[in-house]
Amino acid sequence: MALVLTGFSVIAGGLLGWVNDVTAGPIAEANAKTLSDAIKVVVPGFDNNPAEAPDTIDVNGVKYIVYKATKGDEFIGAAVQSSSNGFGGALTVLVGFDADGKIIDYSLLSHAETPGLGSKAADWFKKGGKGDITGKNPGETPLTVSKDGGQIDAITASTITSRAFLLAVNNAYAAYKNQHVDAASGATQQAAPAPAAQTDSTQVAVDTTKVVTNK
Amino acid sequence: MNNFKVLMNGIVKENPTFVLLLGMCPTLGTTSSAINGMGMGLATLFVLVCSNVVISLIKKLVPDMVRIPIFIVVIASFVTLLQMLMQAYVSDLYATLGLFIPLIVVNCILLGRAEAFAAKNSPLSSFFDGLGMGLGFTIALTLLGGVREFLGTGKIFNLTVMPENYGMLLFVLAPGAFIALGYLIAIVNRLKKA
Amino acid sequence: MEYILIFITAIFVNNVVLSQFLGICPFLGVSKKVETAMGMGAAVAFVLTLATIVTYAIQHFVLNPFHLEYLQTIAFILVIAALVQMVEIILKKVSPALYQALGVFLPLITTNCCILGVTILVIQKDYDLLTGVVYAFSTAIGFALALVVFAGIREQLILVNIPKGMRGMSIALVTAGLLAMAFMGFSGVDKGLAVLFGLQ
Repeated sequence: MALVLTGFSVIAGGLLGWVNDVTAGPIAEANAKTLSDAIKVVVPGFDNNPAEAPDTIDVNGVKYIVYKATKGDEFIGAAVQSSSNGFGGALTVLVGFDADGKIIDYSLLSHAETPGLGSKAADWFKKGGKGDITGKNPGETPLTVSKDGGQIDAITASTITSRAFLLAVNNAYAAYKNQHVDAASGATQQAAPAPAAQTDSTQVAVDTTKVVTNK
Repeated sequence: MNNFKVLMNGIVKENPTFVLLLGMCPTLGTTSSAINGMGMGLATLFVLVCSNVVISLIKKLVPDMVRIPIFIVVIASFVTLLQMLMQAYVSDLYATLGLFIPLIVVNCILLGRAEAFAAKNSPLSSFFDGLGMGLGFTIALTLLGGVREFLGTGKIFNLTVMPENYGMLLFVLAPGAFIALGYLIAIVNRLKKA
Repeated sequence: MEYILIFITAIFVNNVVLSQFLGICPFLGVSKKVETAMGMGAAVAFVLTLATIVTYAIQHFVLNPFHLEYLQTIAFILVIAALVQMVEIILKKVSPALYQALGVFLPLITTNCCILGVTILVIQKDYDLLTGVVYAFSTAIGFALALVVFAGIREQLILVNIPKGMRGMSIALVTAGLLAMAFMGFSGVDKGLAVLFGLQ
């Protein structure tokens, strides 16, 4: 009796192990494709493979992933993956910046916002949406919703989601700038005075948004 | 019973959702849109057909005492198989349905059909029973998803039927799931009597 | 403070039954009387807390080291089924009184999807053991609360004149919908508490 049960479990385990081996490749491919598709949307026109060697940056203990896009040898921008706490849980967004730091486009990678309300963030802030953020540069003025004195229209009835989204975008910019200046100066080590200035700018971005969340 | 009757039994007479009231968690949890409901229904259909056939094939080898654990192993194996296949080929749908895919294991429909049908019948009629029950479940979930999506956002299968501001958002949210299913069951009850 | 936040969030804001749709079968099936609802709630709290500890150990000491993560579903459900059996046998010997109270509900628990669901969620959310246990216990309390409140309403519902077609499951579901709507009033409470506790 126990033998039969063990027998069946072993057969099942063996079969699943085999299927796991077979599907491991396609699963990795599917994940990579989702990511590379998203990168293509937010920073179009590159000819390298940004997903190949992303940089992970630590700003104030939070990790950001920066996918750098180049065309020929010219740096054309980067896609930055950033997260913040939305209404229903973590909200992860991939933001594309051009070389000047202007937002090209974004893609909402994952979220747990209320369907029909906060979930509108997927399109709301895109070009043609009511809270269009494309073409804006968070380095000049950090993005905030109009309720907090900013110039971005929040999603109707979803101010918390909108604030969380803009926080993620501002933080993504901070991480991007950190990385970008690094790349431009060609320095691999963060000892020069320049990085100190960048840390300041991240501080500013994070601080303004902190005020926002506390309201 | 001929196979056609077995098939129709699952779809109409003993519809798992509207008549037997089994598998309520995925029914309510994944039907925020018609396409999600249909995806969940088809995923369950796949596991149900496979596990029914396999259980019917091995029924003579299984001692009565450890019947249930073995059925669970068979069902769980197919669910895991489904998880891997979905991750590889329909990763978007997998991400949407999330937790409810592994939870197919504890869907009462599967163990219920294994125990009540597959353990007593031939592999072929078990196949049709699984297909019928699975289709019944899929139709019910697609219908509920469609109703919720239409009332909630004015769309069906993502096609706009009404302008969005006519949508009653409540139906996409949690309470709407309970209320929509409650009224659908009432309608089915009414139709049965007629 | 963090644990208090998890506790309140799991019970009121993200109630396992009314907003996450886990454990609907017992929620609709064993909610005709307040007394049985309490028994079921207690049994779930007991098993869920135990199951979380055991599956946590399985995941971190067996599945992860041997790279068998893909066997998670199958391993967890077997462990839960075995655990429920064991709890039943032990309770019968050790505490007949408790067995009398919870015994009937134990066999039903294996197929209660909130057990498997929560144990998987604890792993997915990458909680440490203590956080996971607090989360599991709070979820179970949320389950018990929803069940008892719902049973209280259904006891009163018997006295009401309901249209024929709506009797039984139909009116129960609509009632559950109204209850879920009431619980939606708690949404956002977790955000406020997080700010109050200085966690955000």
